[in-house]
Amino acid sequence: MLTKEQIAQRIAKEVKNGQYINLGIGIPTLVANYIPSDLDVVLQSENGLLGIGPFPTEDKVDPDLINAGKQTITLAKGSALFNSAESFAMIRGGHVHLTILGAMEVSENGDIANWKIPGKMVKGMGGAMDLVASADNIIVAMQHCSKNGESKLLPNCDLPITGIRCVKKIVTDLAVLEISTEGGFILLERAPGVSVEEIKSKTAGKLIIAGDIPEMKF
Amino acid sequence: MINKTVKNAQEAVADIPSNSMLMMGGFGLSGIPENCIAALLERDINGLTIVSNNAGVDDFGIGLLLKKHMVKKMISSYVGENAEFERQLLSGELEVDLIPQGTLAERVRAGGAGIPAFYTPAGVGTEVAIGKETRVFEGKTYLLEQWLRADFSIVKAWKGDTAGNLIFKGTARNFNPIMATAGKVCIAEVEELVPAGELDPNQVHTPGIYVQRIFQGKDYEKRIEQRTISQ
Repeated sequence: MLTKEQIAQRIAKEVKNGQYINLGIGIPTLVANYIPSDLDVVLQSENGLLGIGPFPTEDKVDPDLINAGKQTITLAKGSALFNSAESFAMIRGGHVHLTILGAMEVSENGDIANWKIPGKMVKGMGGAMDLVASADNIIVAMQHCSKNGESKLLPNCDLPITGIRCVKKIVTDLAVLEISTEGGFILLERAPGVSVEEIKSKTAGKLIIAGDIPEMKF
Repeated sequence: MINKTVKNAQEAVADIPSNSMLMMGGFGLSGIPENCIAALLERDINGLTIVSNNAGVDDFGIGLLLKKHMVKKMISSYVGENAEFERQLLSGELEVDLIPQGTLAERVRAGGAGIPAFYTPAGVGTEVAIGKETRVFEGKTYLLEQWLRADFSIVKAWKGDTAGNLIFKGTARNFNPIMATAGKVCIAEVEELVPAGELDPNQVHTPGIYVQRIFQGKDYEKRIEQRTISQ
């Protein structure tokens, strides 16, 4: 089973040179720590920044520089600032190449639910609905099962959905999976020491297994 | 140049009536109009509808207006981090419209730009789409969303001049420039107010045409929600 850091590390291998990338809050934020330094990529922050730099040292903290998670940040070399309408114009307009976000549930046709649990306090969707409605390449980072052991990879989402038919790939603590265009989770890789049988037993949606499934490499 | 200067926050918000619709710039607590919020707290008004991406925290920002029961309705994209907000929402004292952040931004932009409605892919197939018109363009479904306009928009900039031209700093820009365009009256508070002619016109983010009142604010706290430090 992978730790959160290892999930982030595996997702970082999907990043390609020259990409503009939006990272969601949680595990996706950690991906930035594992992007190889020889790749030139630009991280987008939906509150109005292209080019997120590292967290500041104590003397460089600026309340006028935060990311979408409201954390203090710095500007990377060559960054640009803009307003919220422009930020989502670049998201909806398809200019951001890769979106990585967390999820509560993903369905076998690529629907995602990550904003609301009925009966609990609703905090809002933030920018998630705009991101998933527009991005060509969406990778989900999440645990394979919920805290009480139920599969989060389902035939259909039970929770209110954030977007339909949008997820391309999922990296969990157990596996890397791709959404088939005909529906179903294609098993691509398994976490070190995790068997195909275990993944099968913990995937409620249709799992597609073709040939030998390799272990992830780091 | 038309002089837009008012004396202070008290004068800027003095005629905002109960039950009016306000827009307030800011993302989290970054770039919020701190001085105008403090001045509104001194006013005996209520029933406000506030368009703002977030709703502040319990003891700062819009959270202060909520605590004083001045707000009837929030139109926002994300409202976590606020226990009093949650209490009022669950007890039915407060109404909330949750809107995808990009749709919120574009509705405000459209309001300022005279575009009554537009189609967006955000929210298709979700609760957000309920009751809304959809249309297919080139094989993909889009939702019809309408503009947002306010009686007063209240924004915070870094620098401004007496003609109402504004320059923002860092990610404190966020919703401020678009909200400036979408209020019948736009009130701008700035950290530094200079005479018209002293800002470089090449650097102006918001042209003064959108701004009706401007003043230099004071004692900015600029509270940080998540102080995150590199080791």
